[in-house]
Amino acid sequence: MEERSSQSAPVEVEHAVIGPGHSYASVTDKISAIVLTQPTSKGWIFGFMISFTLLMMMMGAITYLLLEGTGIWGINIPVGWGFAIINFVWWIGIGHAGTLISAILLLLRQRWRTSINRFAEAMTIFAVSCAGIFPLIHLGRPWLPYWLLPYPDTMGLWPQFRSPLVWDVFAVSTYATVSLLFWFVGMIPDLATLRDRARHKIIKRLYGIFAMGWRGSAVHWYRYEMASLLLAGLATPLVVSVHTVVSFDFAVGIIPGWHTTIFPPYFVAGAIYSGFAMVMTLAIPIRTFYNLQDFITMRHLENMAKVMLATGLIVAYGYMLEAFMAFYSGNSYDRFMILNRYTGPYALMGAALILCNVIIPQSLWLRRVRTSVPALFAVSIIVNIGMWLERFVIVVTSLHRDFLPSSWGMYYPTRWDIMTYVGTIGLFLTMFYLFIRFLPMISIFEMRGLVPAKPGGKPGSWS
Amino acid sequence: MKKHPLYGLIAEFESPEALLEAAHGARAGGYRRLDAFTPMPIEGLAEAVGFEKTRLPLAVLIGGICGCIGGFLLQYYPSVMDYPLNIGGKPFNSWPAFVPVTFEMTILAAALTTVFGMLAMNGLPTPYHPVFNVPEFELASRNRFFLCIKARDPQFDLEKTKQFLKDLKAREVYEVES
Repeated sequence: MEERSSQSAPVEVEHAVIGPGHSYASVTDKISAIVLTQPTSKGWIFGFMISFTLLMMMMGAITYLLLEGTGIWGINIPVGWGFAIINFVWWIGIGHAGTLISAILLLLRQRWRTSINRFAEAMTIFAVSCAGIFPLIHLGRPWLPYWLLPYPDTMGLWPQFRSPLVWDVFAVSTYATVSLLFWFVGMIPDLATLRDRARHKIIKRLYGIFAMGWRGSAVHWYRYEMASLLLAGLATPLVVSVHTVVSFDFAVGIIPGWHTTIFPPYFVAGAIYSGFAMVMTLAIPIRTFYNLQDFITMRHLENMAKVMLATGLIVAYGYMLEAFMAFYSGNSYDRFMILNRYTGPYALMGAALILCNVIIPQSLWLRRVRTSVPALFAVSIIVNIGMWLERFVIVVTSLHRDFLPSSWGMYYPTRWDIMTYVGTIGLFLTMFYLFIRFLPMISIFEMRGLVPAKPGGKPGSWS
Repeated sequence: MKKHPLYGLIAEFESPEALLEAAHGARAGGYRRLDAFTPMPIEGLAEAVGFEKTRLPLAVLIGGICGCIGGFLLQYYPSVMDYPLNIGGKPFNSWPAFVPVTFEMTILAAALTTVFGMLAMNGLPTPYHPVFNVPEFELASRNRFFLCIKARDPQFDLEKTKQFLKDLKAREVYEVES
């Protein structure tokens, strides 16, 4: 199927954001059928079972953690921030592409975002859910997470508002809330479509409750579009602020390797980089299994590849500048940190990071790679791995050898670290499987806006 | 005012162009209580049925300002008044350190105002609405475009309005029970 769109298709079709021959009805029916009438496929059940098993493994690992404490992990002094913070930053970064696609590309009037924004937003919410677990279970007493919030407690204590870790609580919880609202508001008209298309009484009722009586009134649409624009305008600075605050967790500390001003911009770029890689990793199998090549076209994949290439270059610039500043500053601890990062005991991780994040993605300069579905899938997986390695390298190599050689140490993850990490991938995929089964994974009403007003006409004269 | 047994008349159209034309026609014909129902947003339709502007942006601005002030006070009160803590000789009101949380609270309050303001102004959730009594209205969320003239319209007359809507090239005209 990919071959058809990449080789034999004429150029016009390849660049279209929607396949030819679609009408309002066909777009509606095709997307709603995935939820309402298509039988649950064996592949879905199989994939869901595996994801759910991994999720249960995570539950087991967390249960043992609650019984035993964080001593079951590989963290120690000097490396007090192990997998928990690596995975937290990795997941939250992945979420950023969803907001970028739904908010920033909306403001920039990039119409190609339409067919991928819904599941990219879903990805954001699921990724933030996975991210949120880690700081909570990393607390010494995870059953007291509400101590992070400012409220007039009987102990007379308050959170330390001058600490980036408290900023993080506000940034991440605001981000989760706004993403959820954005996702839900975007879905209301489509839930109404599902309510109207469902034939089973209970299913109709359930979608009806969440559609809240949406009837597509012109006045409602007017306010709705206004609200979407306002939300996009609010989410755009928010998404930039969230990863900036996450980078402050590191940059405000005085550890060599963390204490740099390049961190905020380079973290934000890295977040978008990994997020687009994850959107690609999800979009490619989905369009194949659900035959959505008409909606998620080669144009979408190519554009995402271009965004990855651009943000990847910013990240590469970040790595370069980090090394440059370490030497240019004349600070011996910074210089040692960079040498240790790329030649010390974790040199292999450093080399793999450069290979995955800087060298291999350069293949995206080639149009042949950008239009080959298997190649894009491979690159997207490699970038996902690379961005995880980046966080490993930043967290571990900066901490394990700091100022005094007497306090140097090594960090090795234990099986519980790995089980928790792999388990959150299970949580993410479990939620994603449920999402594609029960909710419209492509925004139906926005796709109607892309339908040519006349057969053979330009797409999207309405909206 | 006497309650009419009907909510109004609703006309079905096949394309956004036809609906937009009909909406302008109905306004020109003197009808004022109009509504249109479409499967996707249509530019200019809200104006065509007589909707002027929304106060949603103003509400969001006020929400954002409240969030901003509230977010700052949330940090100012504990840090300066309730439990001042001297950290490295820095001032108690170390406002630059309060910027991130103030910013996040601004965004949070503005976003909540946007969503709940939009829903409230649209009157959602609406558990019951008369237009759903027309079985064909199901297609308003698929591929049909509807124009409704409400019975509350002073010019409303069942037969005349029905004929008027048919003259606007409606595919079909249905009576909407209230």
